[in-house]
Amino acid sequence: MSLTMSSTTPLLEARDVHGGYGGMNILNGVNMALQTHEVGVIVGPNGAGKSTMLKAVFGLLNVTQGEILLNGQPIHNLPPNKLVERGMGFVPQEKNVFPSLTVKENLEMGTYLKPQNVKRMLEQVYAFFPPLVEKRHQPAGELSGGQRQMVAMGRALMAEPSLLLLDEPTAGLSPLYMNEIFDRVKQINAAGVGILMVEQNAKQALAIADKGFVLAAGQNRFTDTGAALLADPDVAKSFLGG
Amino acid sequence: MNELVFFINNVIIAGSVTGSIYAIGAIGVTLIFSIMRFAHFAHADMMTFGAFMVLLLTTLFPAAGASIGVPTALVMLPLAMLLTATLAVGIDKAFYKPLRVHGVKPIVLVIGSLGVTLMLQGLIRLFSGTGGQSLYVDDRKEIFRLALPFEGARAPIVITEPQLYLFVITLVAVVALHVFLNRSRLGKAMRAMSDNPELAQASGINTNTIVAVTWVIAGGLAAIAGTLLSLDVTFKPDLSFFLLLPIFAAAIVGGVGHPYGAIAGGFVVGFAETLAVFNWNVLLRPFRDSLPTWLELPSNLAFVGTEYKIVVPFFILVAILVWRPTGLFKGKVIQ
Amino acid sequence: MSNSTETRDPTYTPRDATPARRFPVREVVLFGALMAAILAVYALMGAAYSTRMLVEAACYAILALGLTIQWGYAGQFNAGVMGFVALGGFCAMLFSVPVNNAFWGTELPGELGRVLLYGVAATFLVVGASRLDRLGVPRKLRTLITVVLALVLYLVIISQLREVTSQIQSQAGFVGGFGLPAWVGWIVGGALAGGVGYFIGHVCLGLRSDYLAIATLGIAEIIKAFLKNSDWLTRGTATVSPLPWPTPGPAELGFTLSRAIYLSITAMVIAVIFFLLHRAYHAPWGRMIRAIRDNEVSAAAMGKDINKRRLEIFVLGCILMGLGGGMLGTFNSLFDPQGYLPLNHTFLVLVMVILGGPGNNLGTIFGAVAVYIIWIMSEPLALFVMELIVSFGEGTFGWDAPNNMDSRALQARVLVIGMLITLVLRFAPKGLLPEKIAHHG
Repeated sequence: MSLTMSSTTPLLEARDVHGGYGGMNILNGVNMALQTHEVGVIVGPNGAGKSTMLKAVFGLLNVTQGEILLNGQPIHNLPPNKLVERGMGFVPQEKNVFPSLTVKENLEMGTYLKPQNVKRMLEQVYAFFPPLVEKRHQPAGELSGGQRQMVAMGRALMAEPSLLLLDEPTAGLSPLYMNEIFDRVKQINAAGVGILMVEQNAKQALAIADKGFVLAAGQNRFTDTGAALLADPDVAKSFLGG
Repeated sequence: MNELVFFINNVIIAGSVTGSIYAIGAIGVTLIFSIMRFAHFAHADMMTFGAFMVLLLTTLFPAAGASIGVPTALVMLPLAMLLTATLAVGIDKAFYKPLRVHGVKPIVLVIGSLGVTLMLQGLIRLFSGTGGQSLYVDDRKEIFRLALPFEGARAPIVITEPQLYLFVITLVAVVALHVFLNRSRLGKAMRAMSDNPELAQASGINTNTIVAVTWVIAGGLAAIAGTLLSLDVTFKPDLSFFLLLPIFAAAIVGGVGHPYGAIAGGFVVGFAETLAVFNWNVLLRPFRDSLPTWLELPSNLAFVGTEYKIVVPFFILVAILVWRPTGLFKGKVIQ
Repeated sequence: MSNSTETRDPTYTPRDATPARRFPVREVVLFGALMAAILAVYALMGAAYSTRMLVEAACYAILALGLTIQWGYAGQFNAGVMGFVALGGFCAMLFSVPVNNAFWGTELPGELGRVLLYGVAATFLVVGASRLDRLGVPRKLRTLITVVLALVLYLVIISQLREVTSQIQSQAGFVGGFGLPAWVGWIVGGALAGGVGYFIGHVCLGLRSDYLAIATLGIAEIIKAFLKNSDWLTRGTATVSPLPWPTPGPAELGFTLSRAIYLSITAMVIAVIFFLLHRAYHAPWGRMIRAIRDNEVSAAAMGKDINKRRLEIFVLGCILMGLGGGMLGTFNSLFDPQGYLPLNHTFLVLVMVILGGPGNNLGTIFGAVAVYIIWIMSEPLALFVMELIVSFGEGTFGWDAPNNMDSRALQARVLVIGMLITLVLRFAPKGLLPEKIAHHG
């Protein structure tokens, strides 16, 4: 892994992270570095520990060894609500909305810690996801999968995060919505938010990635820019399906 | 006409009274269930505790209400709510939280709450004794008789002062809860946590705060329900297991985790109880002469005797579990 | 009950298949201490009193075994042990009490039989009405017809029953018993409790275990209300006494000896239950039960019929409670429906199980005897402590001593039992003698 020591501290840095559930280690030394405003993508085969790594970053998993730094500050094993305070947002893969709350209330939950921003942020998120405007008084549980994903991302954006974690945002969506979501991710990033996402759609994801991390068996297998990984025949052969 | 008045007195009014009490109790149970995911068996004793606090305060300051013209017990209610809420938060800290952080199965919390129920029962009866006591220490229970402006209606509609207070307080409590859950930031966060606790945490909601708020609300409502029940009849420290079944039945009928469902469920169970013990012979009496002679109506045409009242909520519970375990309003978590 | 065709599942390896042979220090120490406590009670309170205590403890051990398999084996929580115990006691009474000629010699049994027959016929009618849709009746109309028919028929039957039962009450007192040996009642009591358990278990099958707890709590109160208010059947609050023993009574052999013989019977019953449970636990059936409890998801994935196994366990537990309740009722020689209290017959048993070790039969028996001794001995102790507090209060603050000290001392015990439950759950959740398994990694 080529960690270039830049003068600026990385937005997110993971050093030799080990961890898992109930004594069983799934992560066996993952390294990661993401600069501000970068898109990082984690890909790899099933069971490689992709989502587990994302959860470790967001404090949902006990990190037994190694460290995770946000803007140079250690954050591993901090509870999620503290991480939200420090500018991290997380969109889980499943159960990513509050089904009985309306769309608007879902979004409001995103600014739970900064209620004074509700109005301004609501306008921004509605502008970003126009389809949500007319659905705003509908319970989120009644929406389609793609609309739910928008609500989920919108909720995370409401807190104005500097780093957004997305766990397989396109899982189970139709190709049309898939492209839509990738476009949104690019736009969010263009607005200055760092992104770390896990994706099954490796090719499409690496195409928008500044950094790509290919995990296997809980360790980095390849780490490079998205474009370089896409071009690497080894990566293509073993992980991108040809 | 007198039969109709009798029906109003014994079914409409009595059913609304029990229905309101069950509804307020069931809201607490359902809120606790939706946030902490276990059936809180100590709820009925929290109600008793609330009523006991009112009794204690009323005995200490019997004349406090006379100056503003309401029963002293009602003046003491807010204080008792505060005490019960404190007790509820304390119980959670001392007994449920350690189990929760251990990650035990919900059923272990249920057993823990049974332990708490015994402790509360023991404590309350240790101090109050086991007999019934009126919450009207120095005040007089007003009884209003409304004569109907109809020919032949000799019997008046009877409604007591505590029943009027009960309806008003129930209404206020329900509206306040509605506003809290739908308008306030904390209330929305509570609904969010009930929907999806992990996501609530990921949104920065402090789940410990929500748990504490839930106990405060549940404790306050329990104090209201217990006090209103004791005002209507008398304070009895041994109601616990008889209240628990109708309250749980109400919460399940309404769909567990669904506060409005709990209100509906409370009235369903309350009215079912009063209808079941009502002697229908009274209503048929006017038609006695027109009935065929072979049909001799027995004098007691009630579905169950009052001593078997507890069968009604149980039957409702069984019926709902068999036919629609999610409840009328599609509750959460039945598995 | 055991499923012999079930081959051992390769993916599930019971960790207790070959327990490491070791000297059971903990068991020996605990049972040694228990023995010492029993001897101390004998020395202090005399043989007659102590033997009575042991018989009652043995009956409670049967109840506790019933609860331990429900809770410890299958993770099902029964909050209404009292109801099943009361059913057992009722059956023991009904079968063993002498025949009442004031009832059987009249036309009343025929009347009662007629009403019961009507009841059966009415049930068939209602069930038939609920099938009307098969004859082309619209579903809504069918439901309406069924409901109205059920309500009307119910009212007819219940008012006839009320008439007959009040006649029985006024003319014959109550129906009396069957004059059979008590053990017949015990067995029927077990069967009846099992039947009620089947009904409840079936309703709550596949739902969260909280629902089972609520339903059992409810059925226990209903059973008690029924037994208390059915004067024609149980004499209600007037109580039935004495209940004949299957063994020679105190009048023939004196208290100590007759109780000792009764004790040997209960001990034998426990030994048989213990042996059978031990066999079942290590048989494929028991392995399956534990597989289900430890990991429902993977057990379901293996195609095991979880709900059926759970129902079996629950019914079995209820049968034991009915049996134990019958033996306890006969021994007390008194059937008093009001004497069945949640504290004495549900929560005391619960404490025995969680303190002894849920799922560990030996631990449960230990817990039953130990807790029962403490329970019995705490009665005079609680009173003593209360009096001490009161005299202290009177001396220091000039309190008025409350009048009903006995009932208040009882409340102090309620408090202690509640505290015990919460403390054990928190600090020794597996009990003093834990079930000998390590959990899945």
